[in-house]
Amino acid sequence: MHDHPHHDSPHHDHGPDNRLDPMEARTRALETLLVEKGLVDPATIEAIVQSCEERIGPRNGARVVAKAWVDPEFAEWLKQDATAAINSLGFAGRQSEHLAALFNDAETHHIIVCTLCSCYPWAVLGLPPSWYKSPPYRSRVVIEPRKVLAEFGVELPEEMRVRVWDSTSEMRYLVIPQRPANTEHLDEEALAALVTRDSMIGTGLVSLPGEAAQ
Amino acid sequence: MIGPQDLGGRAGFGPVAPDPTDPLFHAEWERTVLGMTLACGSLGHWTLDESRHARECLSPQAYYGSTYYGIWLQALENLLLTHGEITAEELASGTVSAPPLRPERKMLVTAVASVLGTGAPVDRPASAPARFAPGDAVRTTATVSPGHTRLPSYARDKPGTVVAIHGCHVLPDTNAHAQGEQPQWLYAVEFPGHVLWGDTAEPGSSVLIDAWESYLGPI
Repeated sequence: MHDHPHHDSPHHDHGPDNRLDPMEARTRALETLLVEKGLVDPATIEAIVQSCEERIGPRNGARVVAKAWVDPEFAEWLKQDATAAINSLGFAGRQSEHLAALFNDAETHHIIVCTLCSCYPWAVLGLPPSWYKSPPYRSRVVIEPRKVLAEFGVELPEEMRVRVWDSTSEMRYLVIPQRPANTEHLDEEALAALVTRDSMIGTGLVSLPGEAAQ
Repeated sequence: MIGPQDLGGRAGFGPVAPDPTDPLFHAEWERTVLGMTLACGSLGHWTLDESRHARECLSPQAYYGSTYYGIWLQALENLLLTHGEITAEELASGTVSAPPLRPERKMLVTAVASVLGTGAPVDRPASAPARFAPGDAVRTTATVSPGHTRLPSYARDKPGTVVAIHGCHVLPDTNAHAQGEQPQWLYAVEFPGHVLWGDTAEPGSSVLIDAWESYLGPI
């Protein structure tokens, strides 16, 4: 795995003396120990990470949303048994064993959070973004959701109910955003392309390109 | 235990600052920590709940002073030490000096797809009917758990309403401490914002948590 291209890593400085930063060194030390003891295989580590980077991600969730928009039977199944409905599209697994879909409508907007750690529906959204795992979002979205939404550029009508779902169990929540107006001509694939990750967390809305989502 | 992880409603952490260009990993070691943590889980020394508790048991200084995967790495070291899979001497020296305990459970690369693709469902058969039904008024327990709990402190000793029954799920409070799964009915419970935050609450907002039956009492 050491030949994997490095990602954006401002603190990852191989100087002329090839010194590793402290976290890189600490991680390598533990990994080496575990490999030498025969407890982990570096190929397994790499396969796990690659799976998390490639097999799962918000494109999966977008397919669920688009199907719910065009297929009322599927939408009803999603409401009644999201785990089975989502599994039927081939999306399942770790951190998505038990799923529930939260449908936004004209009266209610749903947002998900995990104030206690970083619970997130991996199978449909992938690994969570940094802000989702970080103290500012986890501490604030339960007490001032509209102020937090404003930081995402989202403003909701004053009369809209805002329900914040704190993922305290192994239930994983997927927000089904409202379908934007004037999309009757679009097919499922074109609709899926409009659905953003944040709209399925509840910190975004779905809009047509060039239109503000309000 | 009200640990450093219990963040709901706390102040002082600043703006959320979402960055659309933020990568999933910021350095190679973060990828390794994720993969290593999941791979070590298959050794079977600890449950998912115990691994969450290991992160919560870091000191506030360590928890708030670390990056996300920094927290994971420290917790993984502690779990491996606690369960005797590595020794403090080995960790300090980086040299193997004790035999491994469960090398036969090493996660093979061929198992990755099924382990990640199947996950580990936590729903269990119920031994008794659910005590509450949607619409019931309930109050969360006032007790501060001495160990792991998934009742956030902002929702402790608060009146709410059951809105859904999720099924009967493994209880993290015992499963984190090698006291068994002791499955209980799990409910979605809704609290109006003003019940949790008083006048500070935003009008028309509510918070929902998933609460196991022992977290709840009738009103």
